[in-house]
Amino acid sequence: MTSIGTGYDLTNSTFSPDGRNFQVEYASKAVENGGTAIGIRCRNGVVLAVEKIITSKLLKSGGNKRIASIDRNFGMISSGLVPDGRHLVSRARDEAASWRTSYKCPIPSSSLAFRVGSYVQAYTLYSSVRPFGVTTILAGWDSETESRVDGQVGSGPKAALAGKTKGTKAGGPGLYMIEPSGLYWGYYGAATGKGRQTAKAELEKLDLPSGNLSLEQGVKEAARIIYAAHEDSKDKDFELEMSWVSSSDGPTQGRHEQVPKELLEQAETFAKRAMEGDDDEDTATGGGETMEL
Amino acid sequence: MVRGRWHTYRHGSSQKWRSQSRNFNVIILPPDPSHHKSILHTDRARFRSMAITFAGGVILGADSRTTTGAYIANRVTDKLTRVSDTIWCCRSGSAADTQAVADIVSYHLGMYATMEGKQPTVGVAAGLFQEICYANKEQLSAGIIIAGHHPSHGGSVYSIPLGGSLHRQSYAIGGSGSTYIYGYCDSYWKENMSEADGIGFVKGALREAIKWDGSSGGVIRMVVLTDKGAKRLLFLPDQGYEGPGDK
Repeated sequence: MTSIGTGYDLTNSTFSPDGRNFQVEYASKAVENGGTAIGIRCRNGVVLAVEKIITSKLLKSGGNKRIASIDRNFGMISSGLVPDGRHLVSRARDEAASWRTSYKCPIPSSSLAFRVGSYVQAYTLYSSVRPFGVTTILAGWDSETESRVDGQVGSGPKAALAGKTKGTKAGGPGLYMIEPSGLYWGYYGAATGKGRQTAKAELEKLDLPSGNLSLEQGVKEAARIIYAAHEDSKDKDFELEMSWVSSSDGPTQGRHEQVPKELLEQAETFAKRAMEGDDDEDTATGGGETMEL
Repeated sequence: MVRGRWHTYRHGSSQKWRSQSRNFNVIILPPDPSHHKSILHTDRARFRSMAITFAGGVILGADSRTTTGAYIANRVTDKLTRVSDTIWCCRSGSAADTQAVADIVSYHLGMYATMEGKQPTVGVAAGLFQEICYANKEQLSAGIIIAGHHPSHGGSVYSIPLGGSLHRQSYAIGGSGSTYIYGYCDSYWKENMSEADGIGFVKGALREAIKWDGSSGGVIRMVVLTDKGAKRLLFLPDQGYEGPGDK
């Protein structure tokens, strides 16, 4: 590491002569060792999945959830220092609640990403703090139907809504990834943590921008990708945790929820089979049996 | 003497205000008639205003009379106020209070539009109005109808009466003299009217109110909000409320 001994990496918010902020880069290093976390933006919803390395046989399986809900329609997963991630969850919830008190409606995913991103960025600016040791993936669904104003009484016209402009699209899936620098982008597929390289390669094969992948297929693929990304650290046991948020006419009705147990098990079976078959054929994506919900 | 007039104008106001006014020996009313008007407005004017949804969006309508007791302080008042391009409100109650609230909401909606890069929904505007009206209910005398058009949600109408509750409605009428037109509106209301029928409905209702209510009168003002933006209409009593319309 060229930064060591130069003195430019000793405090936060210090630039090196070639324009780098080493404390932020070290924070990114913390993320590189975290469990793989991914998000897939599907046609009718978003899936989050995380590889939880089992550090002790005494940990209760299925407990110790890592994916958190922010508002009713948002999920958040961080890779890196777990307590930093929890703090960010708490902040994101405050931001979502603050939006609701102002505007009496759920915060749009773009605005939540902006607010959380700004918060993370602020922690790169001061010598009294350190940057967040996490990269965070935010998944949400912005209501495509008109949502009620919080506290409103009555429902207005029963007939076709007055003067809706035809073809106007409102709401939809949102997937954002926020890095320790505060940088964030919107993604079709996002991956972070130890197995991110493998995961990104697999995500790219899915052709997500075309919008062909359904949420149900997305759940299967997410499980498979986490299993694929785990190949490099095969010696360690892990547990798969998955959550999803769908359109209001989809399985979660616009809410962010843990993927139901049966579906999770089906997806894991699919993932394991894909891993076994990996040696002789390369058919994991798209093909395979259809899964009933 | 002058102080006494303040009391008259603020008869509904709190003890706090009176003790404040005791500290002033003389309050000079500004000679500028527009300032004068704003003071007269502090009386609870018996505004008549309404807003309806129709096939293409919403229509807001109001008479133009502002009274201070029996005196008509302003016969051509504009009670229809813009808070964003296609979200407007009908103000009733204290003119000073409702103008201040509309200004605050207008600021927040402008901020929302620049920060989010998209126009706020009518629900967002209504939520902002409600928060201010409810949080300050003891201080305010404001009954506000919010109506607007949003590309993805179409037209919508919300009503916030005195206490600060929020009601989504197909149409809303407000002001203390609206009692005169409940029957009219109930009889003639139809969902999904054409623009011409909507204007006719609003005009008919306001004409009834002007006919029966002593504190309503003057001209009829309307604003039509559709996906094409805002259109103002004016109907004068000396033209039998037939014109000039949007001329």
